[in-house]
Amino acid sequence: MLLTLNGIHKSFAEKPVLEDVSLSLKQGEITTLIGPNGAGKSTLAKIILGLIKPDSGTRLSNADLNIGYMPQKISIDPTLPISTCRFLQLANTSHQACHEALESVGIRHLTKTPIQRLSGGELQRALLARAILRNPNLLVLDEPVQGVDVNGQNALYKMINSLAKTLNCGVLMVSHDLHLVMSATDQVICLNRHICCEGHPEKVTQDPAFINIFGQTTAIYSHHHDHDHNLHGEVLDDHNHQHGESCNHD
Amino acid sequence: MTDFLLYAFLAGIGVASVAGPLGCFVVWRRMAYFGDTLAHSALLGVSLGVMLDVNLNITVAAIPLIMAMGLVFLEQRGFLSLDTLLGILSHSALALGLIVISLLPDVRVDLISLLFGDLLAVTQSDLWVIYGVACAVMLLLGLLWQQLINITVDPELAAVEGTNVTLVSTALMLITALVIALAMKVVGVLLITALLIIPAATARRLSHTPEQMAVVASVIAMIAVVMGLAMSWYIDTPAGPSVVISAGVLFSLSLGYRRLAS
Repeated sequence: MLLTLNGIHKSFAEKPVLEDVSLSLKQGEITTLIGPNGAGKSTLAKIILGLIKPDSGTRLSNADLNIGYMPQKISIDPTLPISTCRFLQLANTSHQACHEALESVGIRHLTKTPIQRLSGGELQRALLARAILRNPNLLVLDEPVQGVDVNGQNALYKMINSLAKTLNCGVLMVSHDLHLVMSATDQVICLNRHICCEGHPEKVTQDPAFINIFGQTTAIYSHHHDHDHNLHGEVLDDHNHQHGESCNHD
Repeated sequence: MTDFLLYAFLAGIGVASVAGPLGCFVVWRRMAYFGDTLAHSALLGVSLGVMLDVNLNITVAAIPLIMAMGLVFLEQRGFLSLDTLLGILSHSALALGLIVISLLPDVRVDLISLLFGDLLAVTQSDLWVIYGVACAVMLLLGLLWQQLINITVDPELAAVEGTNVTLVSTALMLITALVIALAMKVVGVLLITALLIIPAATARRLSHTPEQMAVVASVIAMIAVVMGLAMSWYIDTPAGPSVVISAGVLFSLSLGYRRLAS
């Protein structure tokens, strides 16, 4: 076990963002966190990263936890002259390690390019390279395919998959997209302020047209979402929602 | 060459050497308005120093520092946007500084020299202060350089990788307050930000790494000091504004240089 959250609550300006969230991340396991905009995914990711403190609940981490983080987006002022290689070296590593990391994400040729000149997909790869630089045992990826075209998304997912295997690390991936969840995911957590449901993604109906466009690694994740939300994200009550073991609300 | 000109030259070079790298951070982190606010509050530092009869160097550095801490505190409350907060504090501090000066019964303060600098009035003891503080600033910048670049690029990424972001950004504020206290002697409170950002912006077009940009900015600030002093000497213009306009001219030239190069 790398990291465990227990009964996390977090509010911003009296408005609850996370309510009673518990989860655990394991070495060698890919966890995908999905949910609509405003569901608290990024807040939860930041609590996992230790960037913000929860109002209540506990965060227990393994003593040798070493997190590699790939932020959702990064904006570097164009007045800062910084090459891709130098950007990676900010993670406190050698020139050699940076070259290897860039090689493994396939952008070795962009070593000397100013980071602000990279395209959306190239920048995501550079961020991924920085995340894996210090041999992490947990990778936290916040919307890793944002701003990347569909073919690029697929390639990026494949890359994350194989890097996670090589590093044998745990992965937490945040996504707002219900359809582009990797089939390689071991655990899917559906978040909408509270954990709606979680579990292994099913082998889903594989629409041939869908596979044709997106390739084999992408599958529609269909989970058993047994309740509905209103526009405010509150749970509508007229359903037969089954709570998990860790659930202690009505 | 007369002594006062030599002192002015040395003071200008000392301040320019630290204005370069710090100016780069002001530009990279988009802190120009923040620098202005601290500079304006330095005037309040002078008036309070005169009123309470304490060493002006101390109050001129301390008031901007307190102001910077206050800004961080108010920003975290988050009820007003940062630029509105800066606008309120900047002009309130300037106004309060001017009022306090006007209320002092026996005014020994030359307002124009505070607002626009009085490089030609620098004394030998001022030089000691300037070079002492400049060395301290250089040392801090050198020790924290990598971490400062790191939090400038992305504070969250830096924090996850183990940088103490609060500590490093507080240190940057301390450095800013110190440099403002120094630069006040050269160009005065109203022109400090110009001395910080114009050389840095000029250096941007000539550099490929953050370190290069910091060094080039220092050199450009030094050239501006020499040009400004020469202008002041030969055509009798006020020294502070002459330094700033020289920096402006160098910036215009750098625009042309880029065009030639490409």
